Amino acid sequence: METLLAALLGILLSAVFGAISDRLPGRWRRLAPAGLVVSSLLGLLPVLKTLLQGEISAFRLPWGVPGGSFSLLLDPLSAFFLLFVLGLSSLAATYAVEYLEAGRTGFFWFFFGVLTVSMSMVTLARNAVLFLVAWEIMTLASFFLVTFEDEHLPVRRAGWFYLAASHVGTAFLLLLFVLLGRGTPVLDFDLFSFPAAETLEAGVLFALALVGFGVKAGFVPLHIWLPEAHPAAPSPVSALMSGVLIKMGIYGLVRVLGFWSVPSVAWGKILILVGLSSGILGVLFALAQHDLKRLLAYHSVENIGIIALGLGLGVLGKSLNQPLLAVWGMGGGLLHVANHAMFKSVLFLGAGAVARTTGTRDMDRLGGLLRKMPWTGGCFLVGAAAITGIPPLNGFVSEFLIFCGAFHGLKAGGLPALFSYSVVMGLGLIGGLAAACFAKAFGAVFLGEPRNGAEHAAREAGPLMRWPMGILAAVCVLVGLFPGVVVEALSPLLRQVSGLSPADFSPIKETMTGTLEVVSRIAFVFLAGVLGLWGFAAWRARRGAVAKSVTWDCGFAAPSPRMQYSASSFAQPFTDFFRGVLRTRFPPTVLRDLFPTESALHTKTPDVFHEELYRPLFGRLKETLLHGRRLQHGRLQLYVLYIVATLVALLVWSRG
Amino acid sequence: MADGSMTNVFLAAVLSPLLLGVINRTKAFFAGRKGVPLGQAYYDAAKLLRKGMVLSRTTTPVFWLGPVAGLAAMTSALLFVPLGGLPAAVSFPGDWILLAGLLALARFLTVLSALDTGSSFEGMGASREAFFASLTEPVFLSALAALSLKGGASSLNDLCAFASTLFAENLPAAVLVAAALFIVYLTENARLPVDDPNTHLELTMIHEVMVLDHSGPLFGYVVYGTAVKLWIFGSIVVSVCPLFRAASAPFGVLVALAGLLAVAVLTGVVESVMARLRLLRVPLLIAGAGVSAVVGAILLTGVGR
Amino acid sequence: MSAWDQALWVAFILLNFLLLGTSRLSVCVRVLSAQGFLLAALPWLSSSAITGHTVVLSAASALLKGLVFPWFFMRALDAAEVRREVEPYVGFGASLFVGLAALGFCVWLARALPHPSAVSNVALPASLFALMTGLFLIVSRKKAITQALAYLVMENGATALGMALLHWEPLVVELGILLDLFAAVFVMGIAVYHINREFDHIDTDRLNYLKD
Repeated sequence: METLLAALLGILLSAVFGAISDRLPGRWRRLAPAGLVVSSLLGLLPVLKTLLQGEISAFRLPWGVPGGSFSLLLDPLSAFFLLFVLGLSSLAATYAVEYLEAGRTGFFWFFFGVLTVSMSMVTLARNAVLFLVAWEIMTLASFFLVTFEDEHLPVRRAGWFYLAASHVGTAFLLLLFVLLGRGTPVLDFDLFSFPAAETLEAGVLFALALVGFGVKAGFVPLHIWLPEAHPAAPSPVSALMSGVLIKMGIYGLVRVLGFWSVPSVAWGKILILVGLSSGILGVLFALAQHDLKRLLAYHSVENIGIIALGLGLGVLGKSLNQPLLAVWGMGGGLLHVANHAMFKSVLFLGAGAVARTTGTRDMDRLGGLLRKMPWTGGCFLVGAAAITGIPPLNGFVSEFLIFCGAFHGLKAGGLPALFSYSVVMGLGLIGGLAAACFAKAFGAVFLGEPRNGAEHAAREAGPLMRWPMGILAAVCVLVGLFPGVVVEALSPLLRQVSGLSPADFSPIKETMTGTLEVVSRIAFVFLAGVLGLWGFAAWRARRGAVAKSVTWDCGFAAPSPRMQYSASSFAQPFTDFFRGVLRTRFPPTVLRDLFPTESALHTKTPDVFHEELYRPLFGRLKETLLHGRRLQHGRLQLYVLYIVATLVALLVWSRG
Repeated sequence: MADGSMTNVFLAAVLSPLLLGVINRTKAFFAGRKGVPLGQAYYDAAKLLRKGMVLSRTTTPVFWLGPVAGLAAMTSALLFVPLGGLPAAVSFPGDWILLAGLLALARFLTVLSALDTGSSFEGMGASREAFFASLTEPVFLSALAALSLKGGASSLNDLCAFASTLFAENLPAAVLVAAALFIVYLTENARLPVDDPNTHLELTMIHEVMVLDHSGPLFGYVVYGTAVKLWIFGSIVVSVCPLFRAASAPFGVLVALAGLLAVAVLTGVVESVMARLRLLRVPLLIAGAGVSAVVGAILLTGVGR
Repeated sequence: MSAWDQALWVAFILLNFLLLGTSRLSVCVRVLSAQGFLLAALPWLSSSAITGHTVVLSAASALLKGLVFPWFFMRALDAAEVRREVEPYVGFGASLFVGLAALGFCVWLARALPHPSAVSNVALPASLFALMTGLFLIVSRKKAITQALAYLVMENGATALGMALLHWEPLVVELGILLDLFAAVFVMGIAVYHINREFDHIDTDRLNYLKD
């Protein structure tokens, strides 16, 4: 624990150093990120120890704040999330050094460090006040990072959007912790008293947690800040936010659910419904996007949905006392947290590299980048394949666990079976749609011919940007090839979240790793097949004649890159079939004259929830609140009168 | 886990191109033609493997990945597909998820290699393939999950065995699930009401148009991979049918092969008597298969006891 | 219950899905006719004893729903010279999905409702589902004639419910319903014909011109 605290202190110091480094000569400026990376790596040591060996260490200091205590605890669940906070921060920081290059970056490094430390504190805190303070600092630091490029109007707008949404969430959390800690003077987690899970009171607590943490995690319909904030933020920040920041919502939810050893069945069902709607709507909206980073942001919503499906099954298993369902479901959900952190970061970093060198994120203007940027393209391909959940990559492993969890649920009969059945169907649909979406994204950006000419200037990213992507992609492959090892390593965590005794847990874990061993062997059979077939074809190609030619053009003599199928046309069957949900807008093109010359088609798919739910809702709210402006008139005397009146009222209320 | 034999894998490796021949001969019979030889797919594949290649200047190694990984995925998927009464070579709980995953992998890379050529035709085919596949996948999974609802089976082997007993116990449910699986078989293999393997117009193709630019050994892989995929789904349909399951080994093989032959002939008949659906109607067909799977599942949850 | 009985009920459910998914009016009419014959066949195949009650009912059902009404509708279609498409507000894919959700709900409802234990447990959800389908079709389709069709689907559901609870419903009520139905279809047919003559179309969404 002390090592970890020292590491966090190191990050904080680097951050402060970063804040003043703008005035220093060039070489010194790199000291801030270097310190950040080194401290993060140092912090990983105790984290890994706890995660692998299940060792729990605590730290406690008195704290003068009412209800607060500086109480920290490092258990496998915290360690699991910390692993990604620290690991991804160091990779994103390395990437950002090259990504940001010139300009005033001190501001960036300060908030980057603060964000890392505050996220670590969120996972460590065992006191509600400390937790909320860390939570707020995390929100603020990420707000400043999102608005880093604040010279653009959309970025500022997105920043406010994010800040407002986050605070709505925090309000719910505040209420949650106040209700939980009614009995105790100090709001430590282990002093809380919990009503039985099936009571209305516990239901209210669950609802508060679901909404409060759900805003951060991005459950539909609380997700609307994600597609705004992610494209606005610099890419390393998007990677960090999508990789770990939104996972803090999941962390909070898992932590709160862990307060009950037997949760309510209804919670599992609600989580599954939330997961289904987030997963399916997330991927549908992603399909309709043109902006690469916006597409990735919607995929975060989708993956959060998959995670919720796993957690929901796990909760069902715990409440129905079905350990198999609990372990497989929870395990799949949590492993998906890890996997999503890896592949989504790789994708955001890759998207950043593309956007930085071509100057656009519009997929309909990109194309053919794989030949210019083989490294970035290769990593992006691995990430894209992983996120669609196909073997032999890591995304498949976690979805496989959730599927298997659902099978155990199918056998349970009754309503749990119905819910498990819908999980199987939903995951199938999500997987198919995600595959289509990433075929579109990768195909439009990296394959074919450049559509716009902007790519002629495109250049491969430098080593500091390439290595983080490469490492993440390699981890994606490794986890996919050796899933049994990973599950074995995570067994302290799985035992903690499933709440089983070691005797009950180990046979389940054995079957789990055993099954995954077979999956991994099949993956090697597949890879051997690929190598053999590729080798044969290459050998034939070397011996036989290989003619280089143009793509088959069906007899048309002058094909041009602009005739390629674009990202929008690729998605058209989907946007058409699901138009009831997506409401894609086609502004009508008016053709004049007998021989119309030029015409253009623009489609736009705004978020339905934003357009039809929040905009009218907040519009009404604003109208109502405008009446309150009468109180806000600028006369000092009356303001003092308000204060006096409030004071008197409070005195009367407290004494009377 | 590994309890079956490799018989099915060997049979598939040797005999799968024959299925294409049988379908073609059936269609030829209905059309009053003589038809190509039964072994045409063998000749095609062998000839292609010996030929040189034409590669588009636009393409990258991703173009190679489609056929190569496609065929590799199909052959690895063969490992856990049972054939009639013959158990699969490898069988473990949830193996059909891996099967679906491998098929998705093959499809994903085929779509990418089509997009790699930058051709608008291939992009169109890729888009349609991705669209239909994304609807087919949940149907396939929910049909199989329906079977695991009551029997509690979790590997493809057990699921198929359970399904074949279901015909005696709960006929409507069994028929519904089998019908859903048959529609999935037709859709996934780009057969008639969904896609016409014989069409000659690029605009109307789906599966064929994606591989327009492949040639030589790579196209040989595609042809052979198509045959293996047909075999995989055909074996699933056959294994679900109680008619083609026999326990004893040599007889079991013959009965199962007869089943595959019957499925191939049935496919040929379907292709001969049906017209292709309009593209916009295809999703409704797949949704219909989904409805049939789900109704089957509801019957299996005990409503129809 | 016998396997055949169950198969018929399943066919009844699937016919409802066909109604939700088809775009052809003539298919809808044929489906209705098939449902009529199904309902007529049901009492003969279920295990309960055949009484005069069932004979009369089944004959009436086959005659009216299987033959007379479909013929009537076909004639109305010809007379009104409408386009032979259903023209939905809610797309066919979405309708199928709604249908699935409704079926799930009906299964749940059938379990939750108190009912005599002798009732076969496909029959109750199936007949409830037909009621739901009819309601959904009325809500989600444009043409007046589709609404008349949907009304009949609902009535089929009600009859099926009666079949499911056969022993608890007197013959007179059943026949009364059938008679009502006959009158209603007759009136609707005339109304559709007149709407058509007046407006040259039978889209209900344009009937709101009549409100003032």
